[in-house]
Formats: sequence, C-alpha cells, structure tokens
Amino acid sequence: MPEPQGARPGGDHEAIASTGAGGAMDLATSEGITLEQGPEGPGGGGPAGRPRSLWSDAWRDLRRNPVFLVSGLIIVFLVIISIWPSLIASGNPLSCDLAKAQEGSRPGHPFGFNGQGCDVYTRTVYGARTSVVVGVLASLGVAVVGSVLGGLAGFFGGFWDAILSRLTDIFFGIPVVLGGLVLLSVVTSATVWPVIGFMVLLGWPQISRIARGSVITIKQNDFVQAARALGASNPRMMLRHVLPNAIAPVIVVATIALGTFIALEATLSYLGVGLKPPTVSWGIDISDASPYIRNAPHMLLWPAGALAVTVLAFIMLGDAVRDALDPKLR
Amino acid sequence: MAEPATAGVAPAAPAAEPVLEVRDLVKHFPLTRGVLFRKQVGAVQAVDGVSFDLAPGETLGIVGESGCGKSTVAKMLVNLERPTSGVIRYKGEDITRLSGRALKAVRRNIQMVFQDPYTSLNPRMTVGDIIGEPYEIHPEVAPKGDRRRRVRELLDVVGLNPEYINRYPHQFSGGQRQRIGIARGLALQPEIIVADEPVSALDVSVQAQVINLMEKLQSEFGLSYLFIAHDLSIVRHISDRVGVMYLGRLAEIGSDEEIYDHPTHPYTQALLSAVPLPDPTARERRDRIILSGDVPSPANPPSGCRFRTRCWKARERCAVEVPELAVPEVFRGDGGPATHPSACHFAAERRTVPTATEPDEGE
Amino acid sequence: MLLEVRDLQVEFHTREGVARAVNGVTYSVAAGETLAVLGESGSGKSVTAQAIMGILDSPPGRISGGEVLFKGRDLLRLKEDQRRRIRGAEMAMIFQDALSSLNPVLTVGNQLGEMFIVHRGMNRGRARSEAVGLMDRVRIPAAKERVDDYPHQFSGGMRQRIMIAMALALEPDLIIADEPTTALDVTVQAQVMDLLAELRRELDMGLILITHDLGVVADVADRIAVMYAGRIVESAPVHDIYRAPAHPYTRGLLESIPRLDQKGRELYAIKGLPPNLLRIPPGCAFNPRCPMAQDICRTEVPPLFDAGEGRRSACFFWKETRDG
Repeated sequence: MPEPQGARPGGDHEAIASTGAGGAMDLATSEGITLEQGPEGPGGGGPAGRPRSLWSDAWRDLRRNPVFLVSGLIIVFLVIISIWPSLIASGNPLSCDLAKAQEGSRPGHPFGFNGQGCDVYTRTVYGARTSVVVGVLASLGVAVVGSVLGGLAGFFGGFWDAILSRLTDIFFGIPVVLGGLVLLSVVTSATVWPVIGFMVLLGWPQISRIARGSVITIKQNDFVQAARALGASNPRMMLRHVLPNAIAPVIVVATIALGTFIALEATLSYLGVGLKPPTVSWGIDISDASPYIRNAPHMLLWPAGALAVTVLAFIMLGDAVRDALDPKLR
Repeated sequence: MAEPATAGVAPAAPAAEPVLEVRDLVKHFPLTRGVLFRKQVGAVQAVDGVSFDLAPGETLGIVGESGCGKSTVAKMLVNLERPTSGVIRYKGEDITRLSGRALKAVRRNIQMVFQDPYTSLNPRMTVGDIIGEPYEIHPEVAPKGDRRRRVRELLDVVGLNPEYINRYPHQFSGGQRQRIGIARGLALQPEIIVADEPVSALDVSVQAQVINLMEKLQSEFGLSYLFIAHDLSIVRHISDRVGVMYLGRLAEIGSDEEIYDHPTHPYTQALLSAVPLPDPTARERRDRIILSGDVPSPANPPSGCRFRTRCWKARERCAVEVPELAVPEVFRGDGGPATHPSACHFAAERRTVPTATEPDEGE
Repeated sequence: MLLEVRDLQVEFHTREGVARAVNGVTYSVAAGETLAVLGESGSGKSVTAQAIMGILDSPPGRISGGEVLFKGRDLLRLKEDQRRRIRGAEMAMIFQDALSSLNPVLTVGNQLGEMFIVHRGMNRGRARSEAVGLMDRVRIPAAKERVDDYPHQFSGGMRQRIMIAMALALEPDLIIADEPTTALDVTVQAQVMDLLAELRRELDMGLILITHDLGVVADVADRIAVMYAGRIVESAPVHDIYRAPAHPYTRGLLESIPRLDQKGRELYAIKGLPPNLLRIPPGCAFNPRCPMAQDICRTEVPPLFDAGEGRRSACFFWKETRDG
C-alpha cells in the first residue's frame, strides 16, 4: 500500500528515515512561535521547500529510472506511429502484389514481402495501431470495471462483497486461451471490439481483487474514520479519501496488464479467433507467416520482433511505475 | 463528592446538568463463520454495560489496558459504531437512534481527535483542505467565502503558522499533525471532544505541548473532554473525574483524588501500583502489586466479576454475582473520598501511589 | 568494565544528505550494572545499540568512527564471523516488537533450541529440554505443554518473555533491551521489568536499557545516559539525575511529564522539536530549544564536563542548571 512519506515514530532508525525522506522536522513552531527554519528559509518541506505528494515523488523517481526512460521512449514512439503511421511508412498495408510474395528485402522495402505480396515493413508499422488500441482499451476497461466493482465491494463489504469474491474465483478458474477459443469463435465481427470485450470480461477480476484489498486497507485508516465522524457522505468518503489513496496499485497492475493484453491479442489472432483480416495485426501476420518459417523467416521475424519489443516495453513501464508508486512492493 | 450515593446504575453524577449521559452502553461484535451463509458462533463483548455522565466544561478520563473497550466507547459516542444496546443522551436526546439530518446535526457537536497523527490525516489533501472539510460537509456553519479565513484562524489557535495552509501532512512532525487533527475537531465549534489516546504516539517532550494546548482550548471554548488513554499520569493531569475500565466494564469511577489517592477496586490498585514513577526514591516506598497472567479474551470473559481471574481477593461470590458499579456498602454514609462507585464485592481502600515528595528544586 | 563505547559515530546516507545519527557517544557498563539510555525518537539511542551489536543496516548506515570495547577487545575491528560468535553467546538483544522478532512458522521450542544446537552443538532432544528450562526460568506457565506452540499463540507479555528467554539462552554477559516494554500494557510491563531486573541480579549481567520512559528508568536503572541528537548530554547515577538534573534538556523532560502522585499545574513544555539530523544546529544541538542558551552555546560544541560524583554534563552551564 502506498503510504504517506515519512515514518511512524517508533525506532530511532525509522525516525532517521523519516527525517531523510520527509525532511519535515525543521518545520518547527510551537505555541505560535516560528522557530528556526533550516537553511532554505521559510520553506522547510523538501530541499526546495515545495509541497510534495506521492505523484510528484513518483515522477521524480521515474525520471531517474533508466528502465522508465527506455520503455517510455519506445512507447511514445509506438503511440506516435499508431496515430500517424504514414509518418514513417508511405505505402498502404492492404495493397499487395502476389507476384512479389515471400520476396526478401530490397530498396524501398527493407523488411521484404509476405505470402500475399504485401510490404512487411508497412504492415508491421500499421500493426502497432491495433496492438496499442487493443492494449490501451482493454486495460482501461479492466481498470474501470475492476476498480469500480472491487472498490464498492471493499468499501461496503457484506453480502455483495461475498458474492463478488466468489465470482472472481470463478473467473480466475477460466483458462484464458480456451475461453477465447470458445467465446470468440462464435463472433463474426471483424472489429477489435469483441476481442477487447473478451479481455475485459476475463481481466477485471484481477484488478477487482487488488482494488478491493487496497480499499479495505485505506478504509481502516483513521482519516476515513475522521471523515465519517464528521458526517461525510459515502460518495465523499469514497471519492475524496479512499480513491486517491487506493488507486496507485490499480494503476500499476493495469499498466503491467497492458503488455499482456497485447500479447494475448496476438495469441488469439494467431489462433484465428482474434482479429480478422482486413484488420492489420501482428498476430495475424505471425499466423500467416508461420508455415513458411524455414524458407521466408523475415515474414515472421519482423512482426514477432515488434510484438516482443512492445510487450516488453509496457511490462517494463509497469515495473518502473510500481517501483515509483509502491516502494514496499519491491 | 458529597452526593448521596444511589445504588444501581446511576454513577457518580457531576454537579451540573450533564451534556452527555451514557447508560448501559453495550457493544458486542458478532463472531461469524461461513462465507456466504454466515452463522454467528459467538460475540466479542467489547463493551458490556457502561454508564457515565459528562458535565459541560468537564474532562472525564477513561483509563484501561488494551482490549478494555475504551476505544469502542469513544467510537460509539461519535457514531462510528452503533451500540448493540444502551443509550447515549446528548442534552437529553438519545442519539443512538438518530439518522440522516438529525444525526448530522448532533455530530457537529461531538467531535473526535484520533490517536495516530500519521494515519488520521489524508496524505493527499492539503492542511487547508483537511481543516476546511468539516465546512464542506456542514455548509451551514460557515459561508463559502469565509472558510479560508476560518481555517487560518484555527491554525493560529492550535499554534501553527497560518502560512502552512497549503502544505501536506507529511511535511509536519507528529506533534504538529496532532495540532492539525485538533484544529479539524474544533472547526465546527463542538461542545464535546472525544480524544482517543491523543498524545500516546508523540515524543515525551512534545506530549506536554499538546496537553497544554488541549487545556488551553478547553478553557477558551468551554469544551467538555472525554479523554481516553492508557497513561494514568496523563489522565490524572488533565481529568476532573476518572473512570477505570476493565474488559468492557467500568471498574471504578470518581474524582481524580478519589481514584488515585483512595482507590477501592483491586484492579485500580494494581494498575496504579504498576505505573513506573519518575522518582527513584519511590522504588523502596512503593506498594507493588504484580498481577499474574494476562487479560482474558473479551470473546470469552469470566463469569461474575471480570477481574476475578487475576484478583487476589477473589472468592466464590465473585464468580457468581456480577458486582454493580455503585458506592460499596462499607463506605455508604462515610462521606470520605472512598465514597465513590466501585464495582467490587470486597472493596477496600489501599493506597498504592506513594505520597509525592516535594519536588526538590536544586539544593 | 564490561563494555566501553568511545566516541562512536554513525552516519546514514539518505537521498537528501548525510544524517548524523550518532555523534561521538561515550558510555560504559560494568558487570551487574543497569545503564538506562534515555532519549526520544531520533536521539540515536537505538542506532548506538545496533552498532554495538553489529546489526546496523549498512548501507544506509555507516560507522564512521570510535571504538566499542567489549571485555577489552574492540568489536569494530573484529571480522564478521568473530562478531557473530560473540552475538548471542556473549551479548544479546531484546527488541520492542516481540511478534515480528520471532519467526512465525517455527515453534518457540524450535527457536529457543536452535541457539543450543548452533552455539553449543547439542542434539535436538537436549536442546528441547533446555528450551523448556528456559521457559520455566522466564516464568511461562506450563512450559512443557507450551514449548511446541507458535509465537502467535502467546500473548504480548508472554512473547516478550520468550524474547528474554532467547536472549538469556547462552547466558551472555551483556543484554541490550531496546524499549522492551513499550508495546505492553502497564500491568504486564511491570511483570516483564521485574523479571528482567531479577534475572540480571541472578546472572550478574550488564544490562543496557534503552527507553524513552522516565518512569521505567527510575524504577530499574543504576545509572542513566541521556541522549539528544546523537550525543550523550548527561550521564549520572539515577538518584542524582532525578534530584538535580545538570542539563537543561534532562530538566525539561522531567518537568514536562505529568505525575501520577500529584495533580499537576500547567506542564512545562520544551519548545520546538528535536532537530533534523541532516541539519544539526551548530554549537550545542539543544540551543534553539534551551531556555538557558547564551552566545557560546550557538558557536561552540560543549564537551562532556565532569560534574563530580560520577556525573557528566554536556552543558556550559551545568552548575547553574543543577543548582536550579
């Protein structure tokens, strides 16, 4: 659980940690008299005297983390080419020439051609959009559904909480790929929505468990009790007091899940139940290329490489965010 | 206390019309088993029949060891827990049955100060937002434009620099956070403040600052305090009257002199004798009572008198008959300081705190 | 002397700079003596103990100077495996939080017996009967039946007794108890303190009692060392310090606690807060909070003056303070 910076009193050791991390001890006043303020003048707080919050602390940590910088750069690049693929790929991913099928790299077509004679480079670039859209939307959907259900269950407890807990157990029991094969094989739509819907359906219990646990921990804090003793309404307690303090682990898990959703989309597409042509997807391309891995490996390697790098980037980002937001989970 | 003793539930009544009357307050937490189909298998008897009064401007201290139910009493007073049974009357009105608007109005007048200054302030809110939140919940108390000014005033009242209004709690030390918590409690101008171990998480040299502040505020705003603590010295210092709790019940209640200098309940005597005194000469002069064993579980309390399993005076009667909190028969009509309610069949005076030696200020 | 700490210095390297947790601590303990180290959180009292025991977390902590002479040997110069042999066998420590100091998945008999198996090479059976003996010794009722229980099955007071039993197992010459009763209720606290004092007498051990509680100190200590901002500010026999403190900080502490045996007036409150260890004030660290501070206090660090009769005070005005 993310905790306010600074430590509880107790041991000397901890007190030192808090002096170091919080830097708050010099904010001294007593009976209205302002005492010495430390060398930076009336600031006191951190070295710069500015107010610090979990988020600004996390951001400071992140900026110094090479893992975050590398994965962040990759992700920014991915997002840009998902929005404007034509920036780096001038061709059309759907204009193919069977005469060039399986041909290797040549000027203007650095990655060569696939089995349908489409340009592999163009298709790899355009495939990023599908992956990013599926990953982001599925993560968002999971985060919203999971944290709302889990959060409410954790906050109110009781009967519905028990129901929800059993329900998550049931969902955890469903094997993802098998579930996908069964559920998605009856879908005929060629859009990304059935796939995203399936991911949200199977993904929310994970987030809901985390949100529930996080809310229960925060709910027991005295500041929530204090608000209740003041007569605060349930929505006020949830939105002002519980949510801002409980959301960090949800964000962390949703970010890490984003990478796995991208991989899951590729898996489902590879198995033929995910996305369907004419949607451009790395999974479809990997599936199409896999019979020819011996004589034309380039058809497989480029989309597979792009997929691997993307998934890794999101998982690394999730790790970095977790380290920054939730030092105790390390 | 020169009041005639009445038998039964009415405890030593303070002189003025009480602002708060608590009668036979009970809180049992059910112990359940099963996940979907819960079955009650027992109950933790956290509070089991507690009665007391609180007069305007008075401080009633409640002492006891962990698990005695003192914090649960506090929570019921500020409506964080619903009593299983019993009555809490605020100015004659039973507040345990209230809800909605009526409850909200009563809540304004009974505020709480929490023990842990590190968890009682929302780390994501600025000090201004924390102290100002009561006004958002009770908008009728202060018009919107006036709230900021009031928050600054409150900061000043509790001895913090009003310029700190935009800072976050973690930028303050424990003592300063506790001042912020007190300022929040004062925002709605309550009549009663329930303080649950308000200084026990603080450093020794800072405790005195906060206690002095609380005393200053009491005389300034005419507050009534229910001061809950395990530290008997601090309770004596701040309280006009003191109630001693053991395992969900009051063992003894009376003025600070009656309880500390003339205790008649064996538990009070043992508790007082166990407090280390900051006076090495007291080592030899003291009557130490070392109790054996631990406090029994409130889920399975002893029959009769709850203290009997650790009491050196316990006899058969104690296991059968619950002693009532009333002035013991032997002291009735005596009129001395031992004449105060004590829930013991064999109540007798035994002084365990040595008389103070005059503090020797230098030679 | 059993233990002599000389000019010990410990630093913590944090993100925001070097926190000087211990700045030249000097104290000593004789066999059979109880020294109370009194201080608030951040005073360096626990860090000193960790440095003596050799259990300081480093990084971030670093011992940057001084000596810890235990039976004449400087512990800071010993190799880690030599120190490990001393820990437990010759000096042992009792912590505040017994529940987290005991391993939750091993029975207490197992954990107590482990000491005998590792250090004395006993077999399981003998180690177990030694464990029962120890539990008897710290007065755990029905020790024989309870030896196979897990830590969580004991109450707080009983767990602290198990911690004490563990510390006593190899009959060390020195025990360091860090806030041993702070987490306990007052009636249980009295039981545990009584037990500690009795065992110390029986075994003629040296005992360092680290605490913030002036009452506990007065009850059991022979001598007191008061720490503030990583330094000893006053040390004296227990009776003297309560009768006439020779340092303004000690005096302030004594006057700021409410008394059980007298109804108080307004409490004296030491103004301000303990200093930030990243920025300890120049001169005497207590000067910003001190009612007696003069110019010299803001520029010069006061040495530990010899105040006679085994007393020492790090105050330029110790005489004036002592004489009120």
